[in-house]
Amino acid sequence: MEQKRTDQSIGILLDKFPMVSDFLASFNLKLEDDSLTFVEIVTGLPSSFFEDQATDAQQLLELFDEFMIGLNETQIVQSIESLEVLAGIDKSGKPEKCSIKLIPGEITCIVGPTGSGKSRLLADIEWLANKDTPTGRTVLINGDSPDDSRIAQMGGKLIAQITQNMNFVLDMSVIEFLRMHAQSHFMMNVDEVVEEVIKLANDLSGEPFQPETPVTFLSGGQSRALMIADVACIGQAPIVLIDEIENAGVNKKKSLDLLVKKDKIVLMATHDPLLILLADKRVVIKNGGMHKVIETNPVEREFYSELEQLDNKLQLTKDYFRYGNELKAIGEIY
Amino acid sequence: MAIKLITVSGPPSSGKTSVIIKMIESLPHLKDRCGVIKFDCLSALDEEQYTKNGIVAQTGLAGNLCPDHYFVSNIEACFVWAREKNFEVLVTESAGLCNRCAPHLKEVLAVCILDNLSGINTPLKTGPMVKMADVVVVTKSDLVSQAEREVFRFKIQQVNSKCKVLFINGITGQGADRLAKLVVNANDFETSENLKLRFSMPAALCSYCLGETRVGEDFQIGLNRKIKL
Repeated sequence: MEQKRTDQSIGILLDKFPMVSDFLASFNLKLEDDSLTFVEIVTGLPSSFFEDQATDAQQLLELFDEFMIGLNETQIVQSIESLEVLAGIDKSGKPEKCSIKLIPGEITCIVGPTGSGKSRLLADIEWLANKDTPTGRTVLINGDSPDDSRIAQMGGKLIAQITQNMNFVLDMSVIEFLRMHAQSHFMMNVDEVVEEVIKLANDLSGEPFQPETPVTFLSGGQSRALMIADVACIGQAPIVLIDEIENAGVNKKKSLDLLVKKDKIVLMATHDPLLILLADKRVVIKNGGMHKVIETNPVEREFYSELEQLDNKLQLTKDYFRYGNELKAIGEIY
Repeated sequence: MAIKLITVSGPPSSGKTSVIIKMIESLPHLKDRCGVIKFDCLSALDEEQYTKNGIVAQTGLAGNLCPDHYFVSNIEACFVWAREKNFEVLVTESAGLCNRCAPHLKEVLAVCILDNLSGINTPLKTGPMVKMADVVVVTKSDLVSQAEREVFRFKIQQVNSKCKVLFINGITGQGADRLAKLVVNANDFETSENLKLRFSMPAALCSYCLGETRVGEDFQIGLNRKIKL
């Protein structure tokens, strides 16, 4: 057992956990001497302070303890070896036809028409369903049903989502924003990570931005690229869900490669055949139920190269006209 | 019959009404056994929204009183109303207006609703409503990036490390069933006697509380405090 955190001087704590200053700020505590421990600071507070904050010394100390325990818990890196969703029932109450197993570094597509129940499947995973959702599905982590403490620790933190209609809304520059995000996960090498994320994002979108650019000024493609790079490098969620980013203006293949390289479990809801065939497998959702799992077969992989060529041609054509050219003879573009 | 009491609070337009409606709708049959009381200051249009969704609701307007004081002095009457109607669940909804108070009662499931679009420091600024809550619901998070959601959650846990953080979409209702589950497991009460506030309400006893409108030292009687500049 390491030395109790609250026994260390507030200066040392602030150094290790910059977030402690937010806690102090939320109670309007101003530091005069940072060699004191938190207990000493609280003991020295005038009674008018407690009146203003409507608290007392004991409560404040308890809150600080909890806060420090909370900090500690968020540091636990969430890694999982496998995640299974065991069949429940579909919208008509019939048993689902199959279960799925997801492992890190693997890409799985969820296919099915709008309203078929893709979101419900994701929600079941997110909340580690244990026959307690409308679908009656069970989610296993590393082969086991997670116990309560595991659920408390992981609940709501399993899945990182990237969708078409998400935007950055904070009034901050890219670099400030990434730093804050990295600090909130207590990363040690913040500057290094932030630099990596910006580099990757610029690579994914192909239209570079400066670290000082406000996040709200980024174009659609740049935003998406930054979100993907951020989720891959800073985000702690072991599962990444990508929802229909086919028109996002990022290099899809590079994006997926990056997430796979960072050992994420990648789930993709998409209608784009290129993305579907890039995946290792796909689960078909019908009437709210998991209908079947199809592994991408060798024929499909071969077909992918053909599709890719088609896609490249289309891309070249788009760029050709975008840059103001006029077509005089067939074959000028590619 | 025992009644489950739920206090829901949150800044204006954070999505309290939508979340409560979606929560009630996500449980079969809860609609018929549940009542909502909306506390507000001047006008409240939410009662209509509840009624439109088939939920029994009443409005309490605090008028020129502090809405949180008004809440505490009326919670017993609300309890009696719910009992007369044979409700199993009573939800109170109140807009935190000065962010100094929280309507949360000890042992009573306390829910605070925050808007993910409202700025990264909202959890710090919202005060005891967040600090004293058992559950903090974050709305509109489908519109922001994953990183912003994570930072927002972190900021909430900084001020309230014990609370559960739920992300709920007030439009589609996604996530509302989790809140409903917590409501089902909430404490129930035979009477409203012995209920206690989690957080004391502020001393607000100056001439302006009594209707004074003139500005100036001469008109300030009672408890005052001067700004330090």
